[in-house]
Amino acid sequence: MEIPYAVQPRPDTGVYNAKMGIWLFLASEVMLFGGLFSGYVLLRVGADQWPHGWLDVRLGTANTIILALSAITTLLAWAACKVREFGKFKFFHACTLLLALSFLCIKGYEYHDKWIHYEIKLADGRIADGHIESAIYLNPATKEPLEERSFRGNAFSTVAGGTTNTYELASVTIEGRYVNDEKDLYDLRAQKNIPRDEIKIPRAQIKSMENYGPWHNTYLALYFTLTGLHALHILGGSIVIGYLWGPGRRLWKTNPEQFTNRVEVSGLFWHFVDLVWIFLYPVLYLT
Amino acid sequence: MDATIEQFPPYREHGEQHGHAGEHAHHDPGFGRGYVFSTDHKIIGIQYGFTALCFLLLGFFLMILMRWQIAHPGAPVPFIGPLLEKVLGPVMAGNGAISPDLYNSFGAMHGTIMIFLGVVPLAFAAFGNYVVPLMIGAPDMAFPRVNMASYQAYFLGGVVMLVSFFIPGGAAQAGWTSYSPLATTIPTHGQAFWIIGMVLLISSSLLGAVNFIATIIQLRAPGMTWMRLPFFVWAQFVTAFLLLLAFPPLEAAAIMQLMDNLAHTSFFLPTGLAIGGKLANISGGGSPLLWQHLFWFLGHPEVYVLILPAMGIVCEIIANNTRKPIWGYKSLVYSVLAIGFLSFIVWAHHMYLTGMGTKISAFFQTTTMAVSIPSVIILTCLFISLWGGSTRFNTPMLFALAFLPMFGIGGLTGLPLGFNASDVYLHDTYYVIAHFHYVVAPGTIFGLFAGIYYWFPKMTGRKMNEFWGRVHFWGSFVFMNLVFMPMFAQGMKGMLRRMADGGANYSAARVPGAIDTLPGSIMELHTWILWAAVALGIAQIPFILNLFWSIQHGEKVGDNPWRSTTLEWQTPTPPPHGNFAAPPHICRGPYEYSVPGHDTDFTPQNEPDVPMAAPKISPVPAVH
Amino acid sequence: MSDLKTAKQHNTPFPGESELPGHTVDLKSYIRTCVYVFIAVVCAVSLMIWASYLPQEHFNWPAKVGLILAVACCNAFVVAGFLMHLISERKMIYTVLAFTVFFAAAMMWLTLYAMQDFPAGTTH
Repeated sequence: MEIPYAVQPRPDTGVYNAKMGIWLFLASEVMLFGGLFSGYVLLRVGADQWPHGWLDVRLGTANTIILALSAITTLLAWAACKVREFGKFKFFHACTLLLALSFLCIKGYEYHDKWIHYEIKLADGRIADGHIESAIYLNPATKEPLEERSFRGNAFSTVAGGTTNTYELASVTIEGRYVNDEKDLYDLRAQKNIPRDEIKIPRAQIKSMENYGPWHNTYLALYFTLTGLHALHILGGSIVIGYLWGPGRRLWKTNPEQFTNRVEVSGLFWHFVDLVWIFLYPVLYLT
Repeated sequence: MDATIEQFPPYREHGEQHGHAGEHAHHDPGFGRGYVFSTDHKIIGIQYGFTALCFLLLGFFLMILMRWQIAHPGAPVPFIGPLLEKVLGPVMAGNGAISPDLYNSFGAMHGTIMIFLGVVPLAFAAFGNYVVPLMIGAPDMAFPRVNMASYQAYFLGGVVMLVSFFIPGGAAQAGWTSYSPLATTIPTHGQAFWIIGMVLLISSSLLGAVNFIATIIQLRAPGMTWMRLPFFVWAQFVTAFLLLLAFPPLEAAAIMQLMDNLAHTSFFLPTGLAIGGKLANISGGGSPLLWQHLFWFLGHPEVYVLILPAMGIVCEIIANNTRKPIWGYKSLVYSVLAIGFLSFIVWAHHMYLTGMGTKISAFFQTTTMAVSIPSVIILTCLFISLWGGSTRFNTPMLFALAFLPMFGIGGLTGLPLGFNASDVYLHDTYYVIAHFHYVVAPGTIFGLFAGIYYWFPKMTGRKMNEFWGRVHFWGSFVFMNLVFMPMFAQGMKGMLRRMADGGANYSAARVPGAIDTLPGSIMELHTWILWAAVALGIAQIPFILNLFWSIQHGEKVGDNPWRSTTLEWQTPTPPPHGNFAAPPHICRGPYEYSVPGHDTDFTPQNEPDVPMAAPKISPVPAVH
Repeated sequence: MSDLKTAKQHNTPFPGESELPGHTVDLKSYIRTCVYVFIAVVCAVSLMIWASYLPQEHFNWPAKVGLILAVACCNAFVVAGFLMHLISERKMIYTVLAFTVFFAAAMMWLTLYAMQDFPAGTTH
């Protein structure tokens, strides 16, 4: 049983089935990201203050260029299929995959950067803000200090050779600065020469400590959710492109037209993902 | 090409016309591929239908338990009380009675299950999958494997929802609307399960919607122009668009609420939120209203998703059983398109009590009143279609006829809710419950029952038993009205929704002499409603037995027992893979009944325009 | 680009073989279009960064946001129009997208308006 118009377009609509399907799906994706964007607009308009300059514009710009390049290599991969040059298709699709991978790596680095960035409220009313360098824990029983590269909470236990060792936080060292008011942490664009000193803070001075995760404020919540969902789409798109580049290429031998259509459809999805980033980037990084 | 499609035989001019269900002469895919992992739209339609009917039954049981609690607050549930306690634990169901938290759980899950696991899969996915490709002359849906994936996502979503009943703390408790901050601050994981289930169900609907729209646009048989489509197909087309464009904002909101639940973000949690008298440890800055807007942006088109397929089914059955064309086909089509469009811009009439200003609520009142107009047009066309017909009163027709006044009551009672001024009083009362249940229960579900009785012979080659069908009809009709009509009175007297004690706290019995308490007469209605609900449940037993019994023992019929014009009846029974031996050629509209001068009182859409005297060289398979 | 598609509709080439004479020219024309698009994207990005760093004293944030979003929209049109060949698509796709854009805009604008329109003195 053949489904009509699976490969050749239907005359009155001018599209084949999968192209109709992908545009419909992209319409729903517009509404999905539209919903998130409208949440963003609403929450930002209703906020008293909004962070500026919390994200590295250079990394964001690099990601934008990478994604734009990958959109172009996707189109060229489809064009190569259209002129039946399979070798060029393989090359361009491989480029797309590599670019997607680098996008995700840069994104991962940015996430990590936020993950180790802490805002520490001190007992004397000041706030220490910066990246964790190290934390020193003390074993209360043996008084033995333990230096950790990351923050592992106020206390933790390890089990070694049948004995449980509990460690409590003794001090935290960050690379950052002191501020007197939380408001000073918001608009980094307006501040010139933000100091980055090595600051060691003993446990007794720490009132509360929170890293720049999605729980920290609505800006970060939106940032992680929007870029996280976008990254999931990049991952999904990469899997499809990887499948077509790898095991899926069998179809080229039996039905190159249908294979070309599949490449086109996956390319359309990829371009949509690029489109979303075109709006995400300025909205999160530049405004 | 993919292996599954290759297993199906290609178009054949001759050979087995009356294929047996699931078997072929050539490649037999076996039980797994043939029934469980099938990509055939008819099997998937039946899978959806069967699963959805099971969920409808479950939702019904939840409702019965709730009605018991309302009528006898705190009393142990008879017969199944001990079972509840064993399964759900002494905290939720101590002593076999339904605790307030468990009541809220049942309430939230009753709504969720009935809407998302029951009615939408049955009305849209089950009937749509089975009938739409047949009606447009297509061999299958445009994307058969996506179709299978959408059923599997639905199934998984259902499993997640069911599992949530058995986790510590139980299922979701914050209503089917899951308003923040309540949904985010309940200290159990039921809400997270609910959200994950919803994401799966939304994905299933999105995949289905893409499939339906692409199929209807791309796979119409030659000659099947847009204005020759049966109204059922138009209704499904608009429904698919509603699902496609309205569900994603809810998915976005669900993702945000999941982040609130699991990652402690504050998308919907305002600054200064206090729980139990203490300031919550959250970042704040969120907006509970944002959730409501995003939720109802889906929520309102969702109710049209619930009603439009049923309207389509009723239209088909009325045309068929009055033996005349539908009156106002064009009006029906334009009205359903108008409903689809307008339904996107009315949502905030669910939010009149959130402190909205006059300008914005004036806007939504206007659009709400506007969207009622095409609904009335559709109902009017269907009513006028009855005039002058040679009406056959079989079971599908009884249900279809009952749909009309029931939907009328439901729709008209919605008008006071659409106006801000009257809604201020009626919002969140039992009036609202009565209104929407009238539209969905004696409305949509009657349409769906009608569809089951109507298309059963195409699926199985046998008719359901007519006598028991009428018993089912009269029982359902009488008891549905007895259940829901009193609720209008209760609502107008001020009884609020979602009260685990049935309003006992606000009753005249508890605070005699206070003004505007709920009088004894209103409270007594609870017992009547409970008995009516139980009777309604009993009235479904003949239906369930009839359904299964008739598969094997029903009266055998031919390919077109109802003598219908639409394409699904011009195939063998049940239709084989590929549906049609050759792509049918459509020559006329969908409701050519009682055409003057024709020798039969119906002319199928694909019957060629051969002159009477010419020899019969019919290119289509012989129709019995 | 659309000429290429129409040609393909009539002749299904054999696997591995391209029946179009001078096919390298056509791939080159794709590459040329892509280079133009890439340049456009880089320009748009640079413009947005420049707008973002305009001095705070003369340009307030809402004005900068408006400008940046306008440039982003142009950027989006270039990508959608050329890379997704939306420019050469038929009416059916345009209709679907037009409705989508309308509903997305309505959702955003009506929600915002609803949150801003409330009786005076009822919030703080």
